[in-house]
Amino acid sequence: MTDLTAKTIAELRDGFRDGDFRAREIAESFNAAVAAAKLLNAYTVETPEDALAAADAADSARVSGDLPSLAGIPLGIKDLFATRGVDTTAGSKILQGFKPRYESTVTANLRKAGAGMLGKLNMDEFAMGSSNETSTYGPVISPWRRKGSNVGLTPGGSSGGSAAAVAAHIAPAATGTDTGGSIRQPAAFAGISGIKPTYGRCSRWGIVAFASSLDQAGPMAKTVRDCAILLEAMAGFDPKDSTSLDLPVPQWEANLSSDLRGKRVGIPKEYRIDGVPADINALWDKGIEWLKDAGATPVEISLPHTKYALPTYYIIAPAEASSNLARYDGVRYGLREEGVKTLDDMYSATRAEGFGDEVKRRIMIGTYVLSAGFYDAYFTKAQRVRALIKQDFAKAFEQCDVILTPTAPSAAFGIGETTDPLAMYLNDVFAVPASLAGLPAMSVPGGLDEQGLPLGLHLIGNELDEQMVLNAGLAIEERAGFTARPEKWW
Amino acid sequence: MSVSSEQVRHIAKLARIAMSEEELDRLVPELNNILGWVEQLGEVNTDGVEPLTAVIDQKLRLRDDVVNDGGVQDDVLANAPEAQHGFFAVPKVIE
Repeated sequence: MTDLTAKTIAELRDGFRDGDFRAREIAESFNAAVAAAKLLNAYTVETPEDALAAADAADSARVSGDLPSLAGIPLGIKDLFATRGVDTTAGSKILQGFKPRYESTVTANLRKAGAGMLGKLNMDEFAMGSSNETSTYGPVISPWRRKGSNVGLTPGGSSGGSAAAVAAHIAPAATGTDTGGSIRQPAAFAGISGIKPTYGRCSRWGIVAFASSLDQAGPMAKTVRDCAILLEAMAGFDPKDSTSLDLPVPQWEANLSSDLRGKRVGIPKEYRIDGVPADINALWDKGIEWLKDAGATPVEISLPHTKYALPTYYIIAPAEASSNLARYDGVRYGLREEGVKTLDDMYSATRAEGFGDEVKRRIMIGTYVLSAGFYDAYFTKAQRVRALIKQDFAKAFEQCDVILTPTAPSAAFGIGETTDPLAMYLNDVFAVPASLAGLPAMSVPGGLDEQGLPLGLHLIGNELDEQMVLNAGLAIEERAGFTARPEKWW
Repeated sequence: MSVSSEQVRHIAKLARIAMSEEELDRLVPELNNILGWVEQLGEVNTDGVEPLTAVIDQKLRLRDDVVNDGGVQDDVLANAPEAQHGFFAVPKVIE
């Protein structure tokens, strides 16, 4: 029997429809693979019965012939999405035991499309991190290893469980969320594809909030086509999210085309920064050649405020986080520290016990930059610079249709190797500008570095132009011929 | 600008996070390192630039002012560490 876990979403969907295999076989294959991969620490909760129930519904529906788009497909769900009756903890001790009585809009949309759930995926605590090391469940171990080494590597973050699960074939695809690179950087580290759509495409309702003006959900999958299929199911207007875009969902899959004739690819000169390994710049050059081969014309562009994007992000994101995380007070859900006398002490003790170091650090920074006397100097200033970053992109898109850069300034690093918070933040140097501008952006695998680890190429599109991003991603995918797989050790 | 250990203590109080002296001592240089780094934004001329508040331009929607949700007390209280008589219970506030 062919290994169903190696198949793409498109192959599983079509094979199931054609009767090559039943949905139950798909679910059983993945359930078995999930149960056998505990060493990766990718799942925080396994829900094999959920995957089987959705599969049985799909098998019955197939008889009647009326099938929704993801019938028979089981998915991994990042632990940031509220799932009815299933632990939803955002990788944090402070939410331990929290079982939402409601379902996030994005996962509800996926369920409506027929998808089942394999389980909840590990992540950096409250999506704050680039290595999955801040999770209360411990780090996810990447299925990838350096050539001739058995050192444990990070799968990136914050959607590290999602990236590792797709790369290890213990989920055919997964949901991720991206605030400042949390879909794209782990996708690059794990040799898979992932797209963050335009801000507002996917409803934020029922996704544990980190930085509300930046948070966006998106799919992580083996291929660009799979990303298009899933994003169509996840996106859509939701009256319950005040920033949800009231626009029809485009047919991204049907309109996929790697013919880029007449398109211009912007190459931002400010992304050539010091300290980036030669492998990564060489892959970037290759990417330019691939897009030329697909018919596109490269043009040099300038995004002058690029170097200010990370410091801007590290004011705005912690500020919003400090407000959003004020709700964790030991009263309504999750952890409560007992044994203190006053209500105020209960709050402080609960938050001291429930939050990890990185989350505390960001709440502290956010509280400081929003506090009386510092608000204008830090927060308002950052919002002004954010406006300039957005303007940079608007001007650039007068000269080009899509922008190509590397996804991350390094390949996957070892667990415990990066201990300085600032050094960790620099991982998102290429990903953060598009987040601040609310633009659609995607990582696709381009090749392996000298150590045998995957490297990603990053495509940024204009507002609402996910199609251009996906099309350019497809052109790269077809030419990169990336078929490398981690050798199974788990 | 840099923060003193007194200021960090005050921020921790505002943020309602209990911290030991050791934690405060560790955080002071960490926060100063990060704040020193973000201060490079001072180099950017932002005169006349409006602060960005909505990243994708859209109108704030209004809905009719009618009750469209509610009656879910059990759901609301289901995850409470302590619920009594249909309310969230907290340590005594008034002696």
